[in-house]
Amino acid sequence: MKVRAQFALVFNMDKCIGCHTCSVTCKNVWTNRRGAEYMWWNNVESKPGIGYPKQWEDQNKWRGGWTVHNGRLELRAGGRASKLINIFSNPDLPEIDDYYDPFTYNYAHLQNAKLLEATPTARPLSQITGEQIEKIKWGPNWEDHLAGEFESRSRDANFSAIEKQIYAQFENTFQLYLPRICNHCLNPACVAACPSGSIYKREEDGIVLVDQDKCRGWRMCISACPYKKVFYNWESGKAEKCIGCYPRVESGMPTVCSESCVGRIRYNGIMLYDADRIAEYAATPNDMDVYQAHLKIFLDPNDPAVIEQARKDGIPDDWIDAARRSPIWKMVMEWRIAFPMHPEFRTLPMVWYVPPLSPVQSQIDQKALPTEADGVIPKYEALRTPTRFLANLLTAGDEKPVREALNKLIAMRSYQRGKHVEGHQDMAVLDKVGLTQAQAEAMYRLLAIANYEDRFVIPTSHAEIPLEDAYGFQGQNGFTFGNDDAVGISPVTLFPRRRKETVEPKEWAPLADEVITK
Amino acid sequence: MDYWVKFIFGVYPYLAGTVFLIACWIRFDAEQYTWKSDSSQLLSRKYMRVASNFFHIGIIGIFLGHFIGLLGPHALWQALGISDLGHQYLAMYAGAAFGILCLIGGTMLWMRRMFNPRVRAASRWMDIALLSWILITLLAGLSTIFVSAGHAAKGDAEVMLALSAWAKSIVAFSPEPELMLKVDPIYRLHVFLGMSLFLFFPFTRLVHIWSVPIGYLFRAYQIMRARRTA
Repeated sequence: MKVRAQFALVFNMDKCIGCHTCSVTCKNVWTNRRGAEYMWWNNVESKPGIGYPKQWEDQNKWRGGWTVHNGRLELRAGGRASKLINIFSNPDLPEIDDYYDPFTYNYAHLQNAKLLEATPTARPLSQITGEQIEKIKWGPNWEDHLAGEFESRSRDANFSAIEKQIYAQFENTFQLYLPRICNHCLNPACVAACPSGSIYKREEDGIVLVDQDKCRGWRMCISACPYKKVFYNWESGKAEKCIGCYPRVESGMPTVCSESCVGRIRYNGIMLYDADRIAEYAATPNDMDVYQAHLKIFLDPNDPAVIEQARKDGIPDDWIDAARRSPIWKMVMEWRIAFPMHPEFRTLPMVWYVPPLSPVQSQIDQKALPTEADGVIPKYEALRTPTRFLANLLTAGDEKPVREALNKLIAMRSYQRGKHVEGHQDMAVLDKVGLTQAQAEAMYRLLAIANYEDRFVIPTSHAEIPLEDAYGFQGQNGFTFGNDDAVGISPVTLFPRRRKETVEPKEWAPLADEVITK
Repeated sequence: MDYWVKFIFGVYPYLAGTVFLIACWIRFDAEQYTWKSDSSQLLSRKYMRVASNFFHIGIIGIFLGHFIGLLGPHALWQALGISDLGHQYLAMYAGAAFGILCLIGGTMLWMRRMFNPRVRAASRWMDIALLSWILITLLAGLSTIFVSAGHAAKGDAEVMLALSAWAKSIVAFSPEPELMLKVDPIYRLHVFLGMSLFLFFPFTRLVHIWSVPIGYLFRAYQIMRARRTA
């Protein structure tokens, strides 16, 4: 057993209102730059839809993620030799139009136009060429609220094994929002595919980063990520991706997308896992079993054996404590209401999702739908979104765990409704789904009330451990301005070394223990 | 004339070589963020499968051909039972094959860089200048084949031997620029253009050649980095 800590997230799709505040705050902070205009490290898709980039979930098309060959894990697009053979032209690389042609508008024209009969308009400009675009054909959220014809949106990979034509009818339409960021996977395909070895997973918190100095722009990571969450900056020629807002997380703050989430749907916390079992569990033969295998990799932070090993492996006590209080642990392991997205990609993603309920209130009011005993909350079969669709998204098509999770969410609501509206506590609904009263209360508190300190349990990084020179680090907050801190830089240099950002004292104060010994 | 021949074939190779090595070192040491292949495949994928592969395979073939053909010891060819004339025919055919591959790919890349609006907009002037320079060098190199064919038809391998002797004199640090006086001007042009590529190398995207990721074949898939130093 090798215990590692992972910074993990849960997104509660049941409460996502598709407002895109997460996307916009992320964009404003991280990707509002030349070459990064088309990048949305965080985006929210309306499902069913083909998403961003187009059809990213279809691995027959993009060949991202992993497959199992004779019991061994291999990158789906081919191993090391194949990567080098295809290095001059990556056959699986999306083109900018698969995302969208980034655009702005000629706002200046509104002020500069001469006196005209007609009102002047701000026509769209390409942010790559600066030229006018005749017609914007696609955008970062083109299918917003089921925009576009069903034929196009129904190419959504999650429709597999579903008789989808009936959902083309207006009466049967369903929709859910899918907020997406980098999954900071336990078995990342982008790291494995990088020929220059520039992408790495941080040992302390598992955040996956691209070393900007070491990246050579071979662009294998872009296609290898099955979630298409590594992007190519066409200006800098380097790969970029969600950095898990590490400067914030290190200081104990949630990621900017989580912090700004209006619906309070995002949870940040720590999970302990057994790093020795990654390859074994990721190579689980049957796609449908990968979710269960993924659950097995997590270690119980209350188990004394785990705590002892975690200490041996250098995990600080406040991190173990944070793992014990982790909202992620509760939803993923204790209640089993959160799931990894597309476990069949075998990257062991660490952003998990609570599936959405989708009741039809007016039909319930008309008593047209089967409900629980309370007569108000519908049975899961009556939800608009087909369970199979959610299962295709979250459990490689295994409906049972999704059904159980939906029933737990329904039971918790039914119980709370009984308590607050009817004035009696209906234990039977909880018993039926195997929830205790305490669990139902805790679930209610975490999901419905969703207090800040319950949603975000983030231990601060122990910067004092690796930091030999705190003065030199002062005022940097973990950032550098490129050309710095690369493993590729040799310690021998002909030229003056880059100096630290701060002035160092000419005379050092004696250390505390030196004073004591004197 | 003599002065310039001496300079270009006796001094310039060392100038270019020195700038090549030291400037690459400086850039690698101080400007890692600029060290990249600078791919534009994201902006336009069309024809890249043919264009980029033809260009790269061609140019790698040409580079290795020049390296072995010019600097390979004469004894090696004799040991392999290849006569000087045989060597020259080998060089002509291999050079033509890889050269045409490279020319097709390079022309496609050049057209794309000049006339694809997105690629053009993302290009720096150096990208266009570099690709153009490579193509001109390539065309000069391909035209030498016709001259060489004329020599070969007469059973004369003298020019090839002179070029090889000159290249060896350069790497042996005892330059013999006068050898280049004997050869047709087209060879001199090609050699000058080619040497200049080494001079430009550190200031262009060519630096990605240093970073051929051979190490990838031997490393573990997953990479962890720890911040703690202890």
